[in-house]
Amino acid sequence: MRTPRFVAALAAAAAAFFALPLIGLVLEAPWSSVGSALLTRQIARAAALSAVASTAAVGIGLALAFPLAWVLARTRFPGRRWLRGLVVLPMVLPPVVAGVGLLTAFGRRGLLGGTLDAIGVSIPFTTAAVVIAATFVSTPFLVVTLEAGLASLDRRLEDAAATLGASDARVFRTVVLPGLRPSLAAGVALAWTRALGEFGATITFAGNLQGRTQTTPLAVYELLQTDAGAAIALSVALLAVCLVAVVAVRGGLFREPR
Amino acid sequence: MSAGLEARIRVVREGFTLEADFSAPFGVTALLGPNGAGKSTVVSALAGLAPLSGGRVVAGGRVWEDVSAGVRLAPRERGVGIAFQEPLLFPALSALDNVAYGPRARGVPRAEARRRAGSWLERLGAGHLASRRPAALSGGEAQRVAVARALSTEADVLLLDEPLSAQDVEARGASRRALADALAAFEGVALVVTHDPVEALTLAGRVAVLESGRVVQQGDADALRRRPASPWVAALAGVNLLRGRLEAAGAEVALVCEGLRLAVLPGAMAPGADAAAVVSPRAFTLSLDPPRSSARNVIAGAVASVDPGIDRVRVTLDTRPPLTAEITRESLAELGIVPGMRVHAAVKVTEIEVFPA
Repeated sequence: MRTPRFVAALAAAAAAFFALPLIGLVLEAPWSSVGSALLTRQIARAAALSAVASTAAVGIGLALAFPLAWVLARTRFPGRRWLRGLVVLPMVLPPVVAGVGLLTAFGRRGLLGGTLDAIGVSIPFTTAAVVIAATFVSTPFLVVTLEAGLASLDRRLEDAAATLGASDARVFRTVVLPGLRPSLAAGVALAWTRALGEFGATITFAGNLQGRTQTTPLAVYELLQTDAGAAIALSVALLAVCLVAVVAVRGGLFREPR
Repeated sequence: MSAGLEARIRVVREGFTLEADFSAPFGVTALLGPNGAGKSTVVSALAGLAPLSGGRVVAGGRVWEDVSAGVRLAPRERGVGIAFQEPLLFPALSALDNVAYGPRARGVPRAEARRRAGSWLERLGAGHLASRRPAALSGGEAQRVAVARALSTEADVLLLDEPLSAQDVEARGASRRALADALAAFEGVALVVTHDPVEALTLAGRVAVLESGRVVQQGDADALRRRPASPWVAALAGVNLLRGRLEAAGAEVALVCEGLRLAVLPGAMAPGADAAAVVSPRAFTLSLDPPRSSARNVIAGAVASVDPGIDRVRVTLDTRPPLTAEITRESLAELGIVPGMRVHAAVKVTEIEVFPA
């Protein structure tokens, strides 16, 4: 079927819809004073927290996602589809719901609250809560990309390695891991940017305390009410970081579907 | 000798039953069979990648698998070097590191493993490919690297599944020669799986024939020729294989093999080289008087035997080595050929396939 002209026109309109907010950010940013707008103590602390929390979230996420992706891709058991649904759910769940859910699980009066209290741990409204919220919303991206990567591997290569005398650990290190590199890069980029942008679950579960739980998106939200120029400048900075992360793995994300 | 491979393989799958019993002593054995006979299933079973439904595999006096005794060694415990039908090279590693993989996995230090890998690549005429990634190799090159990878394990048992299938027609002779040399240097049991009788007879001293999931016959080429156990074996064993030396005769080159002298097209080979020739029995035309055809090769001999087949008859001449021709029943009746009769067999130069031996 040929491409009708009106479809091309609608596609152009859709592209404009996505482009306009980005153009708005760039045009409205206070470029003359962008340096001083961003170089505040509040923003520096928020940026540092965001960087640390997103990176920690991806690190923890990898430890959670590898076994899950492996089980989903390589084993057959009743309820496998339910497990996949459960793991992927945070991708579509309203973040604020995730935050409330985290409170009911790990909050002081939550399911594990008593246990945690007994060992002197309180999670809500701490930096740990920021990391947990970010992990909760971003790990599904790792699971999905790693599962797809595992499913696309040629398992006969692993058989070949085994016949050559390689142990399971060596097969994983020398055959599976290199084969997963593209999906791993794509997954890490997606999960890290998702964790970086996390707002709803964080503000619900961790609050908005400067220096402790105020991440960059929360700082943007707060600044918008006091110093719109700084909020826009910070937004542009976030946009730039996300752009770099995505372009860095363009092999994985922008690749033509096959 | 206990160093051989003894296999009694039962694999039952939906719509297919494999019952392959064969042995492979020290040296090279070919597992020969038409496509779909179950050859690759045998490879998977011997590798330990697919469990047996029944039977027992013993190699070098060690039990690899015994269904009734509940023994089943993992692939890595078997000490077997395998080149699968597809190369299955590790895409992230260079050709050299692919070949070094087996030794590395068995604890050989990196430098030594690479040195070994390099020498196996050289032996298979693939030394110049060492630094290439698999994606930059042609099908034939990748296959040679895969064979080198199997050989470099220096395992007790070597399994090569169609090791020459991806080689170009022009390069096939040279590849076969290189592989034959490498196999001669291999100290263990080598099993070459192939559908090509020429490959089987030129690479291996012993052949096991697999047809429809069963080993119908095993033995050396002569045994197969003398008493073929099935029409397929008869057809392949009837292939005339002549080993000899190339000699220049004026403008022509001839292959001299015992008492025979055949004009051949030697390709890139020079006079003085050891060579082998394959002639299909159907390529011969028989006549009572010397023929006046354009065929350059006319061999006279007495009929040693006449073996009727389904629609064709195999006539073997008492030449040295014996030659077998296959003619129709009508020709046989027309010529009145009976054992002891003297006949002339003509064959065109272009019908003779020559390769280094």
